[in-house]
Amino acid sequence: MNEEPTVNGGQALQWLRRAVALPYLWMLLFFLTPFLIILKISFSDPIVAQPPFTPLLEWGAQGFAGLRATFENYAYLFQDGYYGIIYLSSLKMAAIGTLLCLLLGYPMAYYIARQPPRRRQIMLLAVILPFWISFLLRVYAWIGLLNNRGVINEFLIRLGVIDHPLPMLYNDFAVYLGIVYSYLPFMILPLYANLERLDLDLLEAAADLGARRWQAFVDVTLPLSVPGIIGGCLLVFIPAVGEFTIPALLGGADTLMIGRVLWDEFFINRDWPVASAVSVVLLVLLIAPIMWFQRLQRREQEAAS
Amino acid sequence: MVASEDWPVSETPATPLVQIREVSKQFDGVTAVDRVSLDILRRELFAILGSSGCGKTTLLRLLAGFEQPTSGRILIDGADMTDVPPYERPVNLMFQSYALFPHMTVAQNVAYGLKKEHVPAPKIRERVAEMLALVKLEALATRKPEKLSGGEKQRVALARALVKRPKLLLLDEPMAALDKKLRQHTQFELASLQYQLGTTFVVVTHDQSEAMTLANRIAVMAEGRIVQVGPPGEVYEFPANRYVASFVGNINLFDGRVTGGEAGRLSLHCEALGADLSVISDAVMPAGSAACIAVRPEKITISRQAPETKDRNVVKGTVWDLAYFGDQSLYRVRLKTGAEMQVSAQNLRRSAKLTVEWDDEVYLSWEIASTILLPS
Repeated sequence: MNEEPTVNGGQALQWLRRAVALPYLWMLLFFLTPFLIILKISFSDPIVAQPPFTPLLEWGAQGFAGLRATFENYAYLFQDGYYGIIYLSSLKMAAIGTLLCLLLGYPMAYYIARQPPRRRQIMLLAVILPFWISFLLRVYAWIGLLNNRGVINEFLIRLGVIDHPLPMLYNDFAVYLGIVYSYLPFMILPLYANLERLDLDLLEAAADLGARRWQAFVDVTLPLSVPGIIGGCLLVFIPAVGEFTIPALLGGADTLMIGRVLWDEFFINRDWPVASAVSVVLLVLLIAPIMWFQRLQRREQEAAS
Repeated sequence: MVASEDWPVSETPATPLVQIREVSKQFDGVTAVDRVSLDILRRELFAILGSSGCGKTTLLRLLAGFEQPTSGRILIDGADMTDVPPYERPVNLMFQSYALFPHMTVAQNVAYGLKKEHVPAPKIRERVAEMLALVKLEALATRKPEKLSGGEKQRVALARALVKRPKLLLLDEPMAALDKKLRQHTQFELASLQYQLGTTFVVVTHDQSEAMTLANRIAVMAEGRIVQVGPPGEVYEFPANRYVASFVGNINLFDGRVTGGEAGRLSLHCEALGADLSVISDAVMPAGSAACIAVRPEKITISRQAPETKDRNVVKGTVWDLAYFGDQSLYRVRLKTGAEMQVSAQNLRRSAKLTVEWDDEVYLSWEIASTILLPS
């Protein structure tokens, strides 16, 4: 890590530029291009054909003939109250899931940050460890645990605590559990990074000036960890809004999340233009908090330098 | 000769504000503070001086309440503070890092302690304004700490620590983060502020010149123990042992052996200097016992002519290094024995030429009374 650059500065810089350009190229190729395709489809009409939508640009015998864009898909989304309810429901479920992650993740991150350095590393490793197993498999595993005849219910019945299995699967509870379980590390890591940097002199200064431990936490630790809280919340909230796997596997029929609607529109209704419009609206909904977060980060970086 | 009034006197002590009684502190079996007993008087500007790791910071943290002593008691204003948590002590600390709350403005930082005391808001505003005026920061009240210079931060930290009117203010290396020029200026300001307020200050520092300029009294610490307590002049001119002698200021220090003695005087032979020296001392030491002889560089007179020998110790040597500072010159003189002595001389006469130059054969002489006798 501390190696001095051995090649001369100019050359090293050139290589660095190339190395930095690579992820940008990647994003351009695999994020921006598909997005533009989706955007294009969202302005088309659905037809029974292959592909199942009308072309946006019309080509006549003399070449380019005209643009045939329709806003009907978007109009449909806004006219049909169903989509509005689902968007709201997705935002609500993601928000509650994020809050639960925060309530659980904050004490964990705080505890890890106060450990001696060696133990910190082991505990962080434990937080990241589940990533070594496929996300899908881990969500599947919860089915085995939460089932009416799953490990937990069987255990409780055998203990005699309950006579009938608790309905823990195929409802909102299971979805929240899945979100908290899957996204907790994304909450803990930014919070840890923030809390670990906290100058402990500040807490002693607060104590010296008359603050008890919990007062010092409320007055000093909590406000200074706001960037970590926001970072963690966005990292959980943004993917949770569009989550498909968790509601599809653990949710019930009445669990309304936009990811499932998207799936249904694409693969069951085969209405690609409406499905595209749904995902474009979702993206626009999520871009606002992302941009806010980036502005916040920039401001924090400026303050630090 | 040192007149009798120049010798230290032990005063009858007033009731001390701080009484540290046989306090020890161990961390995992390592003793940081070792059976320290110390009285700090009211209105005193007291310095705890020592090199890093000597236990001075631990002692400060014990006073602030961040550490509990392994044994011993601490009394402040007659009340036992040993088990009182920091937020209930009539003590405030100015941190070396200043530890200003980065998310609060200057005024909010200063107000924090009063808020925790539930002082009513108008009263808080009044006292914060008063405090900011005292440290000349009224204009910066709404700034965040990140927008302040080092000196300004220090003044905010000072104001924040003083606003609760503590009985005792602790200052941990208050000048360490300032540049040299600002440091001198700030030392005078701090001392005059202390005089003005009458609050008892305890300053912890590793910088002996800082301790000397600031403090009324200094405690020198080494290896967890207090090795000497006294006013700066006493610690400098009458060091208790070799450690204090060499830690505080520059000194020439040599081992010697007692050869004889008569009414208040001891004669010693010093191998390293190849000379017989006399020291004023009432100590009764048998001939042949080992002792240590020391003399401060500024007490030595350097001359090419043989000096008067009455009541003076004299050695001969050659100038092998000299540094000219304008106001004074620093000589390093090598003796025939190979030993080296430092001499500093005020350049009292206006002259483009130095009276003593490189490679000059010189006499070094100093008053017998200026010779320090230390246990070896």
